[in-house]
Amino acid sequence: MNLRRDVFQAIADPTRRAILLLVATQTMTAGAIAANFNTARPTVSKHLQILTECELLKQEQDGREIYYHINAKNMKAIADFIEPFRRMWDDRFNKLEEIMKKIDNNSHKL
Amino acid sequence: MELKTKINAEDGKHDLTITREFDLPLELLFKAFAEPELVEQWMGTKVLKLESKKHGSYQFETTDPKGKKHGFSGVFHDFIPNQQITRTFEMANTPFGVQLEITKFEKLTGNTSKVNMHTIYESVAQRDEVLKLPFAWGINMAHNRIEELLNSLK
Repeated sequence: MNLRRDVFQAIADPTRRAILLLVATQTMTAGAIAANFNTARPTVSKHLQILTECELLKQEQDGREIYYHINAKNMKAIADFIEPFRRMWDDRFNKLEEIMKKIDNNSHKL
Repeated sequence: MELKTKINAEDGKHDLTITREFDLPLELLFKAFAEPELVEQWMGTKVLKLESKKHGSYQFETTDPKGKKHGFSGVFHDFIPNQQITRTFEMANTPFGVQLEITKFEKLTGNTSKVNMHTIYESVAQRDEVLKLPFAWGINMAHNRIEELLNSLK
């Protein structure tokens, strides 16, 4: 099964948000990241996998260790939190325009 | 379709502006803000009270998908047809405080018009919290959709 993952799903979870904050300042190994949480290591691995799949984190192999670092390009996408607010108003105003155009047409018919 | 609505919210400020041009004559655009049954339709809220006049007040009530009711209210400081609405706005039972909205209406051509909403919040933090609301709703909706999907796969 391959669920298509998106950034909103990634940041919906508090542990994943905490991981992103950790890795934002420095490149870290999975072990170093897991050491910051009380959660079981496989759980942290699962979170890292999700963050990597939706391309908020990048993996880099160095010898036996895998290092994680932040994918700045996609982080910018979620930093743009104004966009949903703008879309909400755009939806409302589109509706307004649609309703008033209908009223305008009806009044011409009368 | 191109998104026509523009938001200007500078970092570290406690206000924002929303601007939008409409393919509507000015009078029709203004009417959509003044009449309760029209406000209900485009704002997607129930209008309990809307006194579209200077020193009038208004009360809206929205029911979320879980059936929970949310109240919104405020008073009109000024109400000049086809020109300007100055009002306060507050969401009941939230920590977001009261906001001041100055909405200006402008005629562009005989068939087009423009609206400019200037909203001033009590603090930078409150403005940012309100800005983030639809963002948070988006996360919740994404979350719910994923839950539904996972449940359907069980």
